[in-house]
Amino acid sequence: MKVIVLVKQTFDTEAKIDLKDGKINDAGINLIINPYDEVAVEGAIQLKEKGIATEVVVMSAGADKAMDAIRTALAMGADRGILVKQDTAADEYARATALAAAIKEENPELILAGHVAADDGSSQVPTRVAEILGLPHVNVMTAVEIAGGKATCTCEADGGTSVIEVSLPAVISSQVSWNEPRYPSMKGIMAAKKKPVATKDGVAVANKVNIVEFALPAAKQAGIKVEDDADVCAAKLGEWMKSVVKVEVK
Amino acid sequence: MAGTWVFVEQKDGNIRKVTYEMLSECKKGSDEVAAVVFGQGVEGLAGELAKYGADKVYVADDAIFANYNTGAFVAQIVAMINEFSPNAVLFAHSFNGRDMASRLAQKLDTGLATDAVAAEISAGKGLFTRAIYAGKALAKVEVAGSPVLATIRPGVWEVGSTAGAGAVVKAAVAATAADVYQIMKEFKPTVSARPDLAEAAVVVSGGRGCKGPDGIKLVEQLADMLGAAVGGSRASIDSGWLGHELQVGQTGKVVLPNLYIACGISGAIQHLAGMSSSKFIAAINTDTEAPIFGVSDFGVVADLFKVIPLLMTELKK
Ligand SMILES: Cc1cc2nc3c(=O)[nH]c(=O)nc-3n(C[C@H](O)[C@H](O)[C@H](O)COP(=O)(O)OP(=O)(O)OC[C@H]3O[C@@H](n4cnc5c(N)ncnc54)[C@H](O)[C@@H]3O)c2cc1C
Repeated sequence: MKVIVLVKQTFDTEAKIDLKDGKINDAGINLIINPYDEVAVEGAIQLKEKGIATEVVVMSAGADKAMDAIRTALAMGADRGILVKQDTAADEYARATALAAAIKEENPELILAGHVAADDGSSQVPTRVAEILGLPHVNVMTAVEIAGGKATCTCEADGGTSVIEVSLPAVISSQVSWNEPRYPSMKGIMAAKKKPVATKDGVAVANKVNIVEFALPAAKQAGIKVEDDADVCAAKLGEWMKSVVKVEVK
Repeated sequence: MAGTWVFVEQKDGNIRKVTYEMLSECKKGSDEVAAVVFGQGVEGLAGELAKYGADKVYVADDAIFANYNTGAFVAQIVAMINEFSPNAVLFAHSFNGRDMASRLAQKLDTGLATDAVAAEISAGKGLFTRAIYAGKALAKVEVAGSPVLATIRPGVWEVGSTAGAGAVVKAAVAATAADVYQIMKEFKPTVSARPDLAEAAVVVSGGRGCKGPDGIKLVEQLADMLGAAVGGSRASIDSGWLGHELQVGQTGKVVLPNLYIACGISGAIQHLAGMSSSKFIAAINTDTEAPIFGVSDFGVVADLFKVIPLLMTELKK
């Protein structure tokens, strides 16, 4: 079974965000694999280790520097990579269009991705890719079993947990609790350098969503801080909760 | 083209608060507000939806809609959009809402603004404010389309009291078994007497400073006293003291309560991303330098094992 994992290169979650000329300033920011996608990479590698997947292909749509994200996934243990070159300003529709076209050429049986990107937080691309390819999809998967041409996914759902079965090929998006991604080993990093990565131009379509402006949220001001004995702290905090916040006590 | 539609989030006839928030906010505008509800035996919900502003209630009632499934829900709403041509359709930014809206948007070849925290909708166009980089920045985006599509973050709008006429329109069932590609094998509801983290008015969270289940128990006792939801930092989730669905932060849930109480949480940037928009923030931490104090309205530098029991006594007074 061939598995394609979609990975997006995002800012490190530690990054402080500021604006420059009205745009998000990316100067000096460390770039990583979107943490949700990293879990999908790990999951795909584990499927291969269990003998369920035969090949793990990582695919990223983005600028040339997204190659670093692909190399990291290869160092973790993926077999080969595909960089779909695309303007980083592509919206979810344009991105899904380019990815779906590139996936189609590969004919995988399983497409994995994180359920949301840590930068734009939009959670649309995997589902859009499935719709374009006419495939079933399942979102926010925390565990999966693959057998008999079917994937049985345990998913985080509104108000509980669901178990959903789809037939393959399918697009499945992962939640971070699926697994704990491994760090690439020194051997893995060396091996990754020799693994094949194809580069292709992404299908270009116009965005459907346009960014009008960026802003920074109003900074929260620190308020009162009490450093005293526990009983004084508790009394003052309780008083504030009752008089200012007006909490209801059961 | 007319009308702003609000897709109703309900499970077994219980409507989620975010539905009322969206209806109330849309009712402030001049466009007709319609609630769209899919389910089995859900016609009776119309009265409740009218109370919060639904002028019309479109109902698709059938066994195929008993549980959420993307294929049937999308096929049904596509048929209804083609028949009634709404100007905009708003969904909750819940797991189901974002799933349905994404598949729908692609089917209609249109744009979608997910996780919007503000909206201005006019004919054929919507301007939405979205929190990006886990709330570290905001982007205003323009979505053109007919209809305009968005998912709205729960908790950003107030529930109002302006009622609508609530005229029921029964929609013909357009979804068929052939549209269903996900088979629901099981649904395990979260058994908790506590409110949902994403909707709670008060959230009490515990971090590594709780040191183990005993500290978490104190957090839970305080939460129960306040009718609050319990949350946690990644440290307490990774330690197995709390379930993963209770993680607050960049890779967990974003919460917007009236009051957030952080107990033994340092305030890492990834944690702040999930809670710093709360109306009031209180922190209990032994380290006066902890970054959580930088966003707190009321901080106490003290041991949570001593302060929480004393606080509970204080609150009972
Ligand atoms: C990609 C990525 C995503 C992440 N996503 C998230 C996320 O979504 N949510 C999240 O929370 N974290 C997330 N993290 C982890 C984050 O960086 C921090 O490691 C985590 O939030 C720390 O949790 P903590 O505050 O409980 O623990 P610590 O940072 O260890 O803080 C414990 C605090 O408890 C205090 N304390 C100790 N004893 C007591 C006592 N007796 N009484 C009172 N206070 C006491 C200490 O002074 C300290 O401030 C993420 C990290 C990465 C890399």
